[in-house]
Amino acid sequence: MPLLDALDLKEQSNVSSPVFAPWDDPNEKPLIRFENVTKRFGTFTAIDDLTIDIYAQEFFALLGPSGCGKTTMMRMLAGFETVTEGRILLSGSDIAQVAPNQRAVNMMFQSYALFPHLSVWDNIAFGLRRDKMPKDQIEARVAEMLKLTRLEKFARRKPHQISGGQRQRVALARSLAKAPKLLLLDEPLGALDKKLRQETQFELMDIQEGTGTTFVIVTHDQEEAMTVASRVAVMDEGRIIQVATPANIYETPNSVYVADFIGDVNIISGTTKPAGADRYHIDWAPNQAPIVATSQNSFSEGQTCHLAIRPEKITIAKDKPEDTENAVQGKVLDIAYLGNLSTYHVELPGGQVIKAQTANTRRISNRGITWEDPVWIRWNATAGVLLEQ
Amino acid sequence: MKRLSAFNITALTLGFAFLYLPMILLVIYSFNASKLVTVWAGFSTQWYGELLRDEAFLDAAWVTLQVAVISSTIATVLGTMAAYVLVNFGRFFGRTLFSGMIYAPLVMPEVITGLSLLLLFIGIGLDRGILTIVLAHTTFSMCYVSVVVSSRLISFDRALEEAALDLGCNRFDAFRLVTLPIIAPAVISGWLLAFTLSLDDLVIASFVAGPSSTTLPIKIWSAVRLGVTPEINALSTIMIAVVTVGVITASLISKRNAVAAQRDAQAAERAE
Repeated sequence: MPLLDALDLKEQSNVSSPVFAPWDDPNEKPLIRFENVTKRFGTFTAIDDLTIDIYAQEFFALLGPSGCGKTTMMRMLAGFETVTEGRILLSGSDIAQVAPNQRAVNMMFQSYALFPHLSVWDNIAFGLRRDKMPKDQIEARVAEMLKLTRLEKFARRKPHQISGGQRQRVALARSLAKAPKLLLLDEPLGALDKKLRQETQFELMDIQEGTGTTFVIVTHDQEEAMTVASRVAVMDEGRIIQVATPANIYETPNSVYVADFIGDVNIISGTTKPAGADRYHIDWAPNQAPIVATSQNSFSEGQTCHLAIRPEKITIAKDKPEDTENAVQGKVLDIAYLGNLSTYHVELPGGQVIKAQTANTRRISNRGITWEDPVWIRWNATAGVLLEQ
Repeated sequence: MKRLSAFNITALTLGFAFLYLPMILLVIYSFNASKLVTVWAGFSTQWYGELLRDEAFLDAAWVTLQVAVISSTIATVLGTMAAYVLVNFGRFFGRTLFSGMIYAPLVMPEVITGLSLLLLFIGIGLDRGILTIVLAHTTFSMCYVSVVVSSRLISFDRALEEAALDLGCNRFDAFRLVTLPIIAPAVISGWLLAFTLSLDDLVIASFVAGPSSTTLPIKIWSAVRLGVTPEINALSTIMIAVVTVGVITASLISKRNAVAAQRDAQAAERAE
């Protein structure tokens, strides 16, 4: 197994409390605080009045489409970009005047930025040498890093003599060698193929927990963010739309944007009609029974709303289901067989297409649903999230 | 492989003949036993011996070598700095003007450059000698270095320098420890280019050279005005040989590096 040492370290480290949630503790001091930070490039606003706290030992993911400002945030933390307005605090002190080479922050670059003229060993030792660390300590630290990233055999190789996955690990080892308070990872797995990327995600998590370093990762891959992060910030156009744990981001998105960005979702738009405690009836199409949904947020009579339901929470059947809160008849438009799952695209009478997903739990089975079949889809009142926008 | 058509063969022959016939003639006649350049009188290496005993030519060669080494070294330092600033510091006020001005000497007639430098040296009361030639050669070869180095810097991954800063380097250390070793091949070829330019410059050198500092091209030029001697042929043959060896060595080195890099990359792929 990879990284047994990292796992050993993990047991000794202070992940003692069963639930790691410093963001819920009002007494906890954040490691990084963005205070009304704005960044403009000329007339273009890359970061728009952004305020956020990131806590020590978090694995924090900045997620968003390209151009949403996530890389700019990271570069401001590293010191490669200056803040136009507002301030960034690291352990309570403003870092605006601190040069990149003076910050207790290291970065792992998207391109890895390994020094091509230096060996793997010298790449990892580079930062330690700049700190005038004694030679024997450098050797010990580099050896530790090589072991952590399983690169002992490649210490004498040059970066172009190793594979992409190994380069990624060298970059990680180099940025961790100085034991920074904060490690920034800019699309760290973008250059790896899918299988290697998934393996490496778990390695990253092991190393993060093992070393107790705070990681901030920038990614456009929502699956990656969900896998590795303790909290995910979904960004769009220089603003943070929602910050929450992966489960909360997925199950209780605060907007259609977030629901749509993370995973697959069906959005049904309509108007609300209150129907008792936390219950609403939604008129969504003419000549159709209203949809029943629950929501903690209050909606007024006739307010426009969007119901977001994940495809796996919708059940598909040939016969009309009994005792269910929501059931609609439609026609199968398309079937996507993904191996473990099958996704059915069902066209409703109003023309709207709803995706329903079923797990293929049995190897050989005849589900009996095929193209053009009339089917029933159903879901519970609690299955969806009711959103204002 | 395409077959060579009659047209291709003709074009190839004519082109190469045009380029190399004069030089081949020069080389052949440098081994002529006769003192008359145009009459072949058998094979001899006597002119090479004469050349080595000619103090004036040896002095000129020494001056040329000194000038070429010093001026190309200064030009490399200045040209690299200029290229670095122009490529890295993005847009600043007057950037276009600056980059235009760096490259202007490339298209400036040498006569003008030589004349203006001469006027400058007279104006500031600098005696013409090796120093003035060095200064003049530095001036015009610097822009060639800057062109060569900036073309390398454009493809240089800025993240490498940022990584160096991130790991604790100041700007100077980042340049010295990371950027310079990586762009070294371009800097070296810039130096070689400046060296060659200095070696064969006649026009600018003849403006700014003093009586005690005759360079080889000036020496050859003035000797030829009194008639072409076999000695000159021998000297020119040596220069051709030096340049040829230099160019072939440089290209062999870069080719070997490219092959090694490719082999490493393939080995890394297999190791995956």
